[in-house]
Amino acid sequence: MANKRNTTEKTMQAIFFSVATASIAILFMIMLFLFMEGLPIFKEVSVSDFLFGKYWYPTSDPADFGIFPLIIASLAVTALASAIAIPLGVMTAVYLAELASRRVAEIVKPLVELLAALPSVVIGFFGMVIVAPFLQDVFNLPTGLNMFNAALMLAFMSIPTITSISEDAIYSVPTALKEGSMALGATHWETLLRVILPASISGIATAVILGMSRAIGETMVVLMVAGGATMIPGSIFDPVRPMPASIAAEMAEAPFRGDHYYALFATGIVLFLFTLLFNIIADQIAHRYRQVGEASL
Amino acid sequence: MDITNEEYMEGPVEKTTTGKPVREKSEIQKAVDAKHAGRKLTEAVLFTLFRIAAAICGLALLIIVFFMVKNGWSAITWEFLTEVPRDSMTKGGILPCIVGTIALSFGAILIALPIGVASAIYLNEYAKPGRILRIIRLSINNLAGVPSVVFGLFGLAFFVIYLDMGVSLAAGALTLGAISLPVIIGATEEALKSVPDTYREASLGLGATKWQTIYRVVLPAALPGVLTGSILGISRAAGETAPIMFTAAVFYTPDLPSSVFDEIMALPYHIYVLATAGTYITETRPLQYGTALVLITLVLGMNLIAIIWRGRLRRKLNK
Repeated sequence: MANKRNTTEKTMQAIFFSVATASIAILFMIMLFLFMEGLPIFKEVSVSDFLFGKYWYPTSDPADFGIFPLIIASLAVTALASAIAIPLGVMTAVYLAELASRRVAEIVKPLVELLAALPSVVIGFFGMVIVAPFLQDVFNLPTGLNMFNAALMLAFMSIPTITSISEDAIYSVPTALKEGSMALGATHWETLLRVILPASISGIATAVILGMSRAIGETMVVLMVAGGATMIPGSIFDPVRPMPASIAAEMAEAPFRGDHYYALFATGIVLFLFTLLFNIIADQIAHRYRQVGEASL
Repeated sequence: MDITNEEYMEGPVEKTTTGKPVREKSEIQKAVDAKHAGRKLTEAVLFTLFRIAAAICGLALLIIVFFMVKNGWSAITWEFLTEVPRDSMTKGGILPCIVGTIALSFGAILIALPIGVASAIYLNEYAKPGRILRIIRLSINNLAGVPSVVFGLFGLAFFVIYLDMGVSLAAGALTLGAISLPVIIGATEEALKSVPDTYREASLGLGATKWQTIYRVVLPAALPGVLTGSILGISRAAGETAPIMFTAAVFYTPDLPSSVFDEIMALPYHIYVLATAGTYITETRPLQYGTALVLITLVLGMNLIAIIWRGRLRRKLNK
């Protein structure tokens, strides 16, 4: 009897363990298939020509496979989106954790959470039909579909990530620290700036990096709103073509297992490595500088 | 000036009609007050900025929903919801898209739920801190961060080509299942963590084994939380576009799917195609708004239910 129970226990534990490794397996399979379908392009172009080549003309003859403009577009759009999203997101988090009354917080918080749930295609559509004509009129531009519009939409997609993780970090600062600062005569703002924010900076940094990771990998918004021109942008109102947009737009036309197809998979590898890097940095920050009580300050 | 040291520090003494001495504010006190007023002003100005930032973030959702409702409302008719598209998709309804999206998201959850719940049980109930746990967690975090278009490439290379499923409901559902896995694991773990340890201890104390405790005590207590997580997972899957572009969705198919290996139409892809690639982009604008409205009603509705439900659960547990 006891033996049988023991066997069941061992079996169940083994089953749960093997299922839990599914995430590792899926991640591994993603890498495997990306590399399998992407690496053949490097028989045609060298890695450095692929990464730093300035011309992306995959359909001309002879074709040019340089994704430098796409990488720059991705980085530029992400940087601009972060410049909008980080202040807004962190300030909203501070407001929710420190300033808002419970009643207001209970309205604002679900609103920000639901913003994260909004399908990206709807945000892209909104940027296309509402924001683009507006920008075109206000700034007198040839097209409203440009880097600024895309960055604005991406900012609102990464704000929920930034806000919710930052809020958790601010919320978990021990009350004793805050009370100590206030008791010494500091105002609420001074306490916030000198005590609460430094104590929660690792959480906020994690939030920011995860938000940026979301922005760089987001596809539908940049596909519909960024304008799609394969060039290195000279101003924030230039149309651009970030990596995800290029993959999504061209995959359907690329001949199966032709050079173009391989090149798009290789672009996927670059994109994947970027987000992997962001996530590993976020993970390292979260683990290394984890705040455990007051003692470690 | 002819003042004593005491007067400088404490302020001049003034005799009043009642005879009681009243001190005026000293120079130092005035300086302190002025500085304090300045600090208070800085605080007030900055806190106003924080409030404005929060208002912008809160309003963003309302603004987007407002425009979709305002422009999409007139397109929503019974025919729109129950008919197939006609005349190169310029007329008729979006029934195949609605059916396709529902089929895709339920397929995804059917795959992700068992794997996700089992993973969360291992992480929360069995795993001991250590390198393996760290690697599994890192993988889950990274999986959550993989761009949706990369999932699309993976689905194309693995399910569509390697496993030879073709562009099909099955390939799309499997791809979306992989995407919603981290969502389900996260929500289930939260639900398991909220089950008090006393439940487990009582069960183990009565002689139940670990598995019996999990199956009979912990899981039933965590069930509502797990269901909330699945709703969130379904809604995430329903809204994704990039992963199904290469794996499941097609521009137009008049038939509803009859097998899992059929190509399908889906709401998000339909919006994208009508808005960017159709021949009648401006003419079909009302249809685009209508489709977007149906999609956000579906997705936000599910999320709202999950948020309200979760709020109730938390309050119940805090009692």
